[in-house]
Amino acid sequence: MAKLTIEDLKRIKEKTAKKISVRDGTATAKITVHMGTCGIAAGAREVMGVLMEELTNSGRDDIRVVNSGCIGMCSSEPNVTVEIEGGEPIVYQLINSNKMRQIFKRHVLQGEIQTDFALAKI
Amino acid sequence: MREISLHILDVAENGITAGASCIQIVVEEARAENVLKIVIRDNGRGISSEKIDRITDPFVTTRTTRRVGLGLSLLEAAARRCDGEAKIESEPGAGTEVTAVFRYNHIDRAPIGDMAGSITTLIAGNPDVDFIYDHSVDDRHFGMDTREIRKELEDSFLADPAVIYHLAQTIRKHLNRLDQGQMNSEMGEEGNGKIDDRRS
Repeated sequence: MAKLTIEDLKRIKEKTAKKISVRDGTATAKITVHMGTCGIAAGAREVMGVLMEELTNSGRDDIRVVNSGCIGMCSSEPNVTVEIEGGEPIVYQLINSNKMRQIFKRHVLQGEIQTDFALAKI
Repeated sequence: MREISLHILDVAENGITAGASCIQIVVEEARAENVLKIVIRDNGRGISSEKIDRITDPFVTTRTTRRVGLGLSLLEAAARRCDGEAKIESEPGAGTEVTAVFRYNHIDRAPIGDMAGSITTLIAGNPDVDFIYDHSVDDRHFGMDTREIRKELEDSFLADPAVIYHLAQTIRKHLNRLDQGQMNSEMGEEGNGKIDDRRS
């Protein structure tokens, strides 16, 4: 039986070379991708993939990405909530890969809320 | 849902919402028997017996509890459309098991799709939950278990987005081999281009 082997993991570890930081308690930003049935059907998984890629490229280890369920606004999915320490959580709507990249670069990294894509602040 | 792997992601997220600490996902492509079977097992809080009878009815189920809603209805409809069926078994306090069977070559069966994307999305978005994933194509298997990964490497390993990104690539490569029928061969060097994840 083929398995994800230790060799596979070691290879991944070498690739990611930089020291893996402990992501506990030090997060300054939290990004929530809403993964209800509605979000998943609308493309939330792809948004999550893009986030992982952007996060990797940014080299930041103080940004946490989590999944959560539906927030009841299914028609505006995929929804993503960005919460920067000390700021109000912003819910973004109708997110796709490009919008996610823009939100990550401008809002998460530089603190500029992307009002064009925003649904609400909570 | 455009892919079976999205149904799987959806049902697994249900289990997480129900407080599961471990989710097992099984995909069995019995091509020789023309059957595709998927199983998602969680150790969450389970579903009461009065609720389970109505669980795939989107209009009876309520949105007040996240165990219910459209997700399972869509899965059941997808399975039935492909001469198959969906079965939900649960024991309150012990967990839930969702099984769906499809006729493999049915024209309406959605592609399995990007399983590696679904699995890594689950791992990345739910750092406190363990995932066991087994995928077989006839007599060939691929498996992984985050509990083993956590045991072998430091706990924070899976929290690194770069790890998730490379993990997805590695799983894709394994699944591609599974799909192509290459038995348990040693993994080659990575990075030789993108692998088509629109499988079968």
